Amino acid sequence: MPADRRPILLTNARIVDPSRDLDIVGDLLMTDGQVRDVKRGIRAGGVPEGTEVIDCTGKLVAPGLVDMRAFIGEPGAEYRETFASASHAAAAGGVTTIVCQPDTHPPIDDPATVDFVLRRARDTAIVRVHPMAALTKGLKGEEMTEIGLLKAAGAVAFTDGAKSVTNAKVMRRALTYGRDFDALVVHHTEDPDLCSDGVMNEGEYAARLGLLGIPSIAETIMLERDIRLVEIARGRYHAASLTCAESLEVLSRGKQAGLDVSASASINHLTLNELDVGSYRTFCKVAPPLRPESDRAALVAALRDGLIDVVMSDHNPQDVETKRLPFAEATPGAVGIETMLVAGLRLVHAGDVPLATLLRAMSTRPAELLGLPGGTLKPGSPADVIVVDLDSPWVLDREILKSKCKNSPFDEARLQGRVVRTIVGGRTVYELI
Amino acid sequence: MNVAPKPAFVLGHRHLLGIEGLSREEIVGLLDLAEEFVELNRQVEKKRTSLRGRTQINLFFEASTRTQSSFELAGKRLGADVMNMSVSASSMRKGETLMDTAITLNAMHPDILVVRHNASGAVKLLADKVDCSVVNAGDGSHEHPTQALLDALTIRRNKGRIEGLTVAICGDILHSRVARSNIILLNALDARVRVVGPATLLPPGIERFGVEVFRDMRQGLRDADIVMMLRLQRERMNGSFIPSSTEYFAYYGLDETKLAYAKPDALVMHPGPMNRGVEIDSAVADGARSLIREQVEMGVAVRMAVLEALARNLPNA
Repeated sequence: MPADRRPILLTNARIVDPSRDLDIVGDLLMTDGQVRDVKRGIRAGGVPEGTEVIDCTGKLVAPGLVDMRAFIGEPGAEYRETFASASHAAAAGGVTTIVCQPDTHPPIDDPATVDFVLRRARDTAIVRVHPMAALTKGLKGEEMTEIGLLKAAGAVAFTDGAKSVTNAKVMRRALTYGRDFDALVVHHTEDPDLCSDGVMNEGEYAARLGLLGIPSIAETIMLERDIRLVEIARGRYHAASLTCAESLEVLSRGKQAGLDVSASASINHLTLNELDVGSYRTFCKVAPPLRPESDRAALVAALRDGLIDVVMSDHNPQDVETKRLPFAEATPGAVGIETMLVAGLRLVHAGDVPLATLLRAMSTRPAELLGLPGGTLKPGSPADVIVVDLDSPWVLDREILKSKCKNSPFDEARLQGRVVRTIVGGRTVYELI
Repeated sequence: MNVAPKPAFVLGHRHLLGIEGLSREEIVGLLDLAEEFVELNRQVEKKRTSLRGRTQINLFFEASTRTQSSFELAGKRLGADVMNMSVSASSMRKGETLMDTAITLNAMHPDILVVRHNASGAVKLLADKVDCSVVNAGDGSHEHPTQALLDALTIRRNKGRIEGLTVAICGDILHSRVARSNIILLNALDARVRVVGPATLLPPGIERFGVEVFRDMRQGLRDADIVMMLRLQRERMNGSFIPSSTEYFAYYGLDETKLAYAKPDALVMHPGPMNRGVEIDSAVADGARSLIREQVEMGVAVRMAVLEALARNLPNA
């Protein structure tokens, strides 16, 4: 489709490229699916014939986001989300690369399934999709998967998704073996025995609602175990979703010891706290659970200081039959891929996190960790670019979400800032009308 | 004769989902109204007509003999048509959800739904989807407002007041909706509330409820005016929260020895049904200081008061 691949020139924009600490007002030229040039006055110097010129005065131009943790549902739960529907949601949220999770039916635990996912996504999705593969066969936490072959097939990391590997021996072996394949092991750190029947953060608020609590140590103890294992195994380790101050201390010690450890925080835990559960709002039931405000503040500070590497959506579509239930019976999870950036902008507008830091954690850093070429506007890199109106205020109506499921904790939230254009490989895949 | 006793009293809510959210005046108003029904219930002619023409459905997702019959009698004495619906766990497993049931019942145009469910928040979820008034007859470990009201009425009739009394709530606080509703209500009426139980059955954060926390029962009962025992569910008895029912009785069961630490005129309460020999000794349960039978009587009166108060807010009332 050569018409689609016309060169695009974004003019007069505030261009932020966190991969090289660039924050200028200028132009950005894309040709042949790649970023060609970023500087002031490209237009004045002349552009290729047929170039589509888009005036971006007053707008932000940044690398497309790389969402490191999204649960899609394909294969096996296409009624909840497909690569097609997720990719439209992603594009509307400025996400140009989705990293999908392996807890599907069947799970993504062999090279053929990785291949299926990549082909299916290539044929149906409008943004890039890369799968993480299962760390253990069948996500059972017992035997490691074919890490080498899976990586060769295109898996960007290894994880048991929303499940924790409780057997320390299995985790140690996977880290040890994975090291020679430079495999990134991503782990959901929640001890299921300590979580037990808990459904929200343990403490006064859970007690008032008559709900059983999940203690934050369920997370911290698992993370502490993992860091100790990394010390002897020396693999590459990434904590999938940290939520509390104690975990951040443990992570910090691991990093200071020079271990190859990194961590994500979900947009939910950075912008919401346990009080948002309110009167049993199941859209705010997530795993790990939303924590007290003090933990949220600690998480934001850790993002600002670079201790938290990645901000991800934790996108998890759940439909009415899994959400319109008593709180304890509802399935955890919230959609978020479409609102990740605008929700994150709350932190920027509040002065808690610089814009470039937020963008780095949503693009440059996950791309680095996963070995993907995006997350940068350097000439020669893929033309995955977003245009954002940072300031326009609006109220989210969940019915406008493009995800098949509407379980957004930001329903009716007041937001400031909106993605106005998303470009993947030099093609505009989303435009706000 | 069928004139409402105190037309001045208006409950500022369409539903009764919990004690939380009720003002002190509303609590006292309900107790005063219930007081009049106590007298009515002791007469030969017990009928009122304030709910005549109204349909009350008792929707119980969790088996209960006494609460359901108490609500049934309360509704009937006020003249309502009362239907009992017990939805067993097995039929829920067939796939019909709580919401399906709510929508189905709503289509039958009931005026008042009395709902018990084993999940916290389930009654609120249902109340948001129906057009009628909803009474929470117990939701999970959250609230059981009519139990707290009948407990308060029982205390007030026997002690003449609630303010300033020391009330020790003992046992499985963690899983108890009775405890939560009572803590909120007794605090609202300025009682001194204590909770007593093994640490595994005390919810983390309970100390922020405005209660004194005791893990030693003798200390917890010292100089108490009211000893309120809670039922220990069978599934919590063996190993998971406490080692055994025998050990539980030894340390947390109410017998004459432990009761001796309370005030000489201390009174004993239990929401029922009792596990004799687990949380309470039969001698105490049936003894002169036990208010347990009176609690049942007050239950009907309090539920009449609640139904009456909600009916006053119904359309065309």
